[in-house]
Amino acid sequence: MAHESSYVPGNVVEKWIDDRLPIIRWSKEHLMDYPTPKNLNYWWTFGAILAFMLGVQIVTGVILAMHYTPHVSLAFDSVEHIRRDVNGGRIIQAVHATGASMFFAAVYIHMFRGLYFGSYKAPREILWILGVLLFVLMVTTAFMGYVLPWGQMSFWAATVITNILGAIPVLGTPILELLRGGFAVDNATLNRFFSLHYLLPFIIAAVVALHIWALHVPGNSNPIGVEVKSSRETVPFHPYYTMKDLFAIIVFCIPFAWFVFFAPDILGHPDNYIMANSQVTPAHIVPEWYFLPFYAILRAIDFNILFIDSRLGGVIFFAGAILVLFFVPWLDTSKVRSGTFRPVFKWFYWLFVANFVMLAYLGAAAADGTVLGLPVATFSKLCTAYYFFYFLIVLPLLGRFETPRPLPTSITESVLAKHKAPAAAQPAAASTSH
Amino acid sequence: MIKTKSIIGALLVSILFAAAPAMAQEGHATPEIKKEPWSFAGPFGTYDRNQLQRGFQVFKEVCSSCHSARLMAFRNLSEPGGPEFTEGQVKALAAEYEITDPDAEGGKRPGIAADRWPSPFTNDQEARDANGGALPPDFSVLAKARGTTQPFPWWILNYFTAYSEGGPDYIHALLNGYVDPPPEGAEVPEGKHYNTYFPGHALGMAPPLSDGAITYEEGESGSVPLTVDQYSRDVASFMMWMAEPHLVSRKEAGFQVIAFLVLFAGLMYLVKRKLWSRVEH
Repeated sequence: MAHESSYVPGNVVEKWIDDRLPIIRWSKEHLMDYPTPKNLNYWWTFGAILAFMLGVQIVTGVILAMHYTPHVSLAFDSVEHIRRDVNGGRIIQAVHATGASMFFAAVYIHMFRGLYFGSYKAPREILWILGVLLFVLMVTTAFMGYVLPWGQMSFWAATVITNILGAIPVLGTPILELLRGGFAVDNATLNRFFSLHYLLPFIIAAVVALHIWALHVPGNSNPIGVEVKSSRETVPFHPYYTMKDLFAIIVFCIPFAWFVFFAPDILGHPDNYIMANSQVTPAHIVPEWYFLPFYAILRAIDFNILFIDSRLGGVIFFAGAILVLFFVPWLDTSKVRSGTFRPVFKWFYWLFVANFVMLAYLGAAAADGTVLGLPVATFSKLCTAYYFFYFLIVLPLLGRFETPRPLPTSITESVLAKHKAPAAAQPAAASTSH
Repeated sequence: MIKTKSIIGALLVSILFAAAPAMAQEGHATPEIKKEPWSFAGPFGTYDRNQLQRGFQVFKEVCSSCHSARLMAFRNLSEPGGPEFTEGQVKALAAEYEITDPDAEGGKRPGIAADRWPSPFTNDQEARDANGGALPPDFSVLAKARGTTQPFPWWILNYFTAYSEGGPDYIHALLNGYVDPPPEGAEVPEGKHYNTYFPGHALGMAPPLSDGAITYEEGESGSVPLTVDQYSRDVASFMMWMAEPHLVSRKEAGFQVIAFLVLFAGLMYLVKRKLWSRVEH
């Protein structure tokens, strides 16, 4: 959103800096004056929450790395050393571990918000693609981080997930061996995962900078999906959104603190308190909750498709489930951005949300069990089918057949209508109460 | 718009409720492990110092002859929030044990408070050889390495009650779960013992406790029953402390943090409302 810089250097020093590196000018323009639509709801605060969570993970992670030892015979004990002997270590470690869960909870809400309000539509395609890239980086970082405590689940998750890559034809085995640093998950794997787990968050931070840059060019989308028409429809980012986002961050911290201080282990698996042992396979290998929907998709493909065996098929669907997100801006053909004005879309959307939650449930269920009377294998196939049906069939076709509700002409009109509605409803309510 | 949302909401809720009994039926051969009342359960829970001291006695006199606890140091036993033995008691206790130390004359020396709890066997193989091939697991974090499962949808409640006592519940159930002779149809290999709650039911450990096997030290005798149930509760509590020694201070900090956050959130809400009152949005 092009706007004139209102920055005037306040003194000689600022002027001197401004002539050489206009960083103060840049900060004022992008962190304070940035015009933001005034009708954003609380779903829009998750961007700031995510930036906050990235900061929390980096700060706690750097401290943990000071006390952690990436070696197969010492890693497990060094994490316990942090919990037991390091001052405040139990809390720092719990913040980092549950922080990963909170980070994913926030990112899923952020993504589902984008999917509902059509935030990925022109001119914000690159913004969305960078977002999906950030999600992929987060998944990779979280997976490698989970391996570091070197518990049973760490080890077996590393084994199962790296095995996935082995299914790729021709290149699979070399990639697998490169990633593991050997023929099996061992000390070399732990070392490179630690190194990469430390590296990736900084790459995430760099992509976040691009993500925000790509946001600041077209400006924010908003709940009604009608572009900003005049500067009267925006407010400066500071103090309006800095304060609103800060409020949301503090509220978000309350459940976060609940888990950290009262149930730090509830989001993990008890088996990860058993030191990794390559000779003993856990009865039931389950990934962390935030990977469950994709794990369910991976497991759902237990049949061969023509010349593709089930193992490779699973990998294709697993990767496809994430890759398809990159193409959402072009798969969705509807001219209307916000789901609020799309009566049919809403049904498919909420079914997609329920389907995603169901996939998570199925990902945690025993592969030979039953859910709702259906075998897990069958149920997973149905849910996987709907996941792809939504992106590949519903989004492209719905835009052609659906009649959207009339759109407000501007943000101002929508805001005025919202303020009139309760005023008009009040006398009616008062008369019925008599 | 609101109508559609509430219809979908109602549908989802009814599906969940319809699903609950169907999902609850997926039982395994092991009966569900009951949640026991623990003094350290829930956000207000703290360890019962006397119970931890009793549990320590059970651990010292019975468990520690086969099970190690390599992450627990003698000094931990006198730290606040734990069994809180006096420093003198801990020093005297440590001195009873011989610690392998290559720097000491003869390779052995009496223990000091800073030493870790000495393991009963020098390595895993020796431990297996002495226990019919089964490896007695280390106790350090065992209470957190075991858990229980609740059927859907009851496990959802755990996130709101902060249920973290699956380990002690399992340990208590296991220690009371021996059945001798084994139930009909159950095949138990030689040297194994039938246990209702152990996965696979064939447990290498013989029933370690029996009524009256341990006489609790002064002050406790008479007031506490000398039964397997009581011993197992005490030792499970002690094991939970061993696995989570900072539980009490962690929860205390939690109250301060959450109180601060709630207050801060309230103030931030007022700031936000005041600021936005000038903007029609």
